[in-house]
Amino acid sequence: MAYGTSAVAKVDAPRSPYVRRRTTRGNYELYSWVFMRASGVVLIVLIFGHLFVNLMVGEGVHAIDFGFVAGKWANPLWQVWDLLMLWLAMIHGTNGVRTIINDYAQKDLTRGVLKSLLYLAFVIVVVLGTLVIFTFDPCPVNAPEHLIASFCPAR
Amino acid sequence: MWSWVAHRVTGVLIFFFLLVHVLDTALVRVSPEAYNAVIGTYQTPIMGLGEAGLVAAIVFHAFNGLRIILVDFWAKGPKYQRVMLWVVLGLFAVTMAGFLPRHLMNVFGGGH
Repeated sequence: MAYGTSAVAKVDAPRSPYVRRRTTRGNYELYSWVFMRASGVVLIVLIFGHLFVNLMVGEGVHAIDFGFVAGKWANPLWQVWDLLMLWLAMIHGTNGVRTIINDYAQKDLTRGVLKSLLYLAFVIVVVLGTLVIFTFDPCPVNAPEHLIASFCPAR
Repeated sequence: MWSWVAHRVTGVLIFFFLLVHVLDTALVRVSPEAYNAVIGTYQTPIMGLGEAGLVAAIVFHAFNGLRIILVDFWAKGPKYQRVMLWVVLGLFAVTMAGFLPRHLMNVFGGGH
């Protein structure tokens, strides 16, 4: 052998059938592209509804306080609304920022660090938000009664 | 090109607000006082202007997103993409004309 055996390119055995090489790692980017469009349409309905109810109806932003949130989440519709909005917006936004990081962060290390921070933020915010929606207590004990929801027994 | 840049910029802005917004809403789990104190700062004139900017970013991102979907899936989308950008800007103007007076009255209009 004239060359170092370790550096010799792999050659298929003679007469072995042609095997097409996989050039992609699955359809992940296609699904992500479709998801951005599908979730985007749903998010328009969810977020426009959210903004209308919280900023346009009644006194708008001035009406928002603990009692306002308690009143909304007393209705399962708004719980489901906010949960769906949280998850879809976080996945849509995280996927969008992931695309931007991939576009502009050229060093592997920079890209890895930025995306790790992004996914960490995603997990923290989604878990925290979901727990808040499901464990919310509209009538916390020891809270001043003028601050809690109007339907609480303490009032 | 510029609509593409604006879509990215508004998207990143909205995403960072979303992170903060989930955290501030999570204060309802701490105490009514904590939540009301923080949400109270959202009702000041400066934050009121910030909310107007945020809504403007969301409205543009929403309508331009629909335009992107039409360019991708509608056979004549690419042909009409320039016209559709003007439609997006028109719908943006109409929506903001409906939102801004109401919101600015809520923020500056002497309530509380």
